[in-house]
Amino acid sequence: MSEVLPALGQIACLVVLLVLLVPPLGRFLAHVYTSEKHLAVERVTYRVLRVDPDADQHWRTYALSVLGFSLVGVLFLYAFGRLQQLLPLSLGFPALPADGAWNTAVSFVTNTNWQWYSGEAALGHLMQMAGPTVQNFVSAGVGMAVAAAFARALSRTEQGGRIGNFFADLVRTVVRVLLPISLVSACVLIVFGAVQNFAGSRTMTTLTGGTQTLTGGPVASQESIKELGTNGGGFYNVNSAHPFENPTAFTNLFEIFLILLIPFAMAWAFGLIVKDRRQGIAVGGVMALLLGLSIGLVTWAEMAGVGTAPQLAGGAMEGKEVRFGEAASALFAAATTGTSTGAVNAMHDSMTAPGGGVVLVNMMLGEIAPGGVGSGLYGMLMIAVVTVFLSGLMVGRTPEYLGKKIGQREIVLVALYILTTPLLLLVGIAVAVSFDAGPAGVLNSGPHGFSEMLYAVTSASNNNGSAFGGLTSGTPFWNTLLGLEMLFGRFLPMVLVLALAGRFASAKRLPANAGTLPTHGPLFVTLLTGVALVVVGLTFVPVLMLGPVVESLS
Amino acid sequence: MNTVFDLWRQSLAGLRLLIAATLVLGLAYPLVVFGFGRVAAPWQADGSLVTASGAHTTDVSDAVGSQLLGQVVDDPDLFQDRPSAAGDGYDTLSTYGSNYGPEEPALVQQIEERKAEVAEREGVSPAQVPPDAVTASGSGLDPDISVAYAELQAPRVAKAQGLSEQAVRAMIEDNTDGRTLGTLGEPHVNVLLLNAAVLRAAQEG
Repeated sequence: MSEVLPALGQIACLVVLLVLLVPPLGRFLAHVYTSEKHLAVERVTYRVLRVDPDADQHWRTYALSVLGFSLVGVLFLYAFGRLQQLLPLSLGFPALPADGAWNTAVSFVTNTNWQWYSGEAALGHLMQMAGPTVQNFVSAGVGMAVAAAFARALSRTEQGGRIGNFFADLVRTVVRVLLPISLVSACVLIVFGAVQNFAGSRTMTTLTGGTQTLTGGPVASQESIKELGTNGGGFYNVNSAHPFENPTAFTNLFEIFLILLIPFAMAWAFGLIVKDRRQGIAVGGVMALLLGLSIGLVTWAEMAGVGTAPQLAGGAMEGKEVRFGEAASALFAAATTGTSTGAVNAMHDSMTAPGGGVVLVNMMLGEIAPGGVGSGLYGMLMIAVVTVFLSGLMVGRTPEYLGKKIGQREIVLVALYILTTPLLLLVGIAVAVSFDAGPAGVLNSGPHGFSEMLYAVTSASNNNGSAFGGLTSGTPFWNTLLGLEMLFGRFLPMVLVLALAGRFASAKRLPANAGTLPTHGPLFVTLLTGVALVVVGLTFVPVLMLGPVVESLS
Repeated sequence: MNTVFDLWRQSLAGLRLLIAATLVLGLAYPLVVFGFGRVAAPWQADGSLVTASGAHTTDVSDAVGSQLLGQVVDDPDLFQDRPSAAGDGYDTLSTYGSNYGPEEPALVQQIEERKAEVAEREGVSPAQVPPDAVTASGSGLDPDISVAYAELQAPRVAKAQGLSEQAVRAMIEDNTDGRTLGTLGEPHVNVLLLNAAVLRAAQEG
């Protein structure tokens, strides 16, 4: 049903919006993470928290702050889930089971927003607001804080491992960036039809005399931060396919824009923080290149309607909404998996085999195109360090990135970072297929059934949160396994990033010389793209063969 | 030991921050957005309810549905909407897409059956049935059908309601939204508004 010109037109609209707004937001973000001044409201907050925002933390303390805050978040959300029935506005829903509460607590604190439950049938209004919505803000803030600390560390010399203050970074991110933008965005969404009420469920008599339940709730306020913070947890089970979350083709584009805005702006801010704009443009350029590639492939696959069922139906409309069609659904799918969002406006399980395969690869690349807010930037910078290291080996020079020598200790940290997620993913899928409880939840037959499980562990270990929704994952087995995947997939890489930041902050800056590989410009962009695709992508070729590749060829 | 103590200290600061965040982001923020909705867009914030006459309302007892939510059309003489995998069909309490993959035999069989069923109902050949008529939407609540599917149903509805086909086609056009800015999304026809218009015309006629 989609036509080529309008499909290109909406991509063009998105590009224009991003080109106009990424640089100013990037400038603002750089200011937020380097300014020494505090706003009045922030000073009050620090007094309440009893923290000194000017205390320059050693990376270890910074990491402990991240872990401590997240630990409290998990416990708090777990308790919330277990005690839901006692809370006001619970709409009569019972407590979540222990394994479900654990999964949900980890899911939202890790910015994953994997959902084993149906929002409209499991969570009351207060739980939605004070649980998921709050974590949507602060888990995004944590990711941005870590990325900012890493960028700042690269800009420093001989600071004895000190990289900034976590609480200042987090509070500023929420107060100055996330809250204002999501407030305005939520209002825009309401005007175009997203609901925001506390009416619970009301019964209507339909046009032909039947009954239908009107499921209200504080939806718009959750929707805007869910996209802006690359969180992705839907108020309703079907997420942004639900007309109350994403009513029109305009809100659809607006939500895609919100998903991509901060990840690209962080790349721009990075260049400014390290005082070389070109560095940010190079990193952002690679993000854009990879994203463009995946948008192109997914759009082609969905519009061509590859596969038996789409061919028979005359188009790949299973799991898609008429108001969006194939092209706008493909665009959303590429954006949500290129970032760590995981919101969906169409059912990924019903996408064509190549389309579903590409969104799977987007996540496997570590979500760096452009990635989650914060995590996308530091993920890409890790690949940049590998690129510099490999290039250094090829020409026999000591590799350095932005004047920081990449020695043995540094490359060990980066190597551990690169290995963490693939290890979690591949061990996870091995565990899943080894127990009866894994395949028990599968809906589809054949290789697609395997893809459902592969998608689940990929999504969890990369903190994405989207699903091949046919998998019934609300079982103790899946809840426990995916909870562990999300937890380690978020915090192991984060600690490694902070450790590397500490080393960079301590190191001297080497002056550039004739042997230094310039880390901007087309040569580096090409190298970085290649390394991202080859080093990371190749890890997953065998496992992809078993799912989407076999299915595409059948 | 030192690390454990440090983690404890940081967690306490984290707890204070989380409590503050819960009050501001978990309560104040949604309430402010709610307040905006009440003042600036009360109809939308409430769920875009419409009456049988097509008018906007916020009174659920006056409404025949939300113009954003598809509903079961339990009348063979009206425009039919898409297949739905939400519960027994358009169940807002269990929103769901079928989640069948492109090679799933169960889906292939469903599509074949639906194609034959629609073709027979409308008196056309199966090849003329558009894709949205034989596939379940992502939400299970799709309020729209394609223009092609609406046009396909026009002769049957016109005949059943005693209206001219031309009048019914005009109603389809009235309830069609094109691509936003000529490029976003796809043209779509709102089934609830269209059926409401058809019933009004049939009563008057």
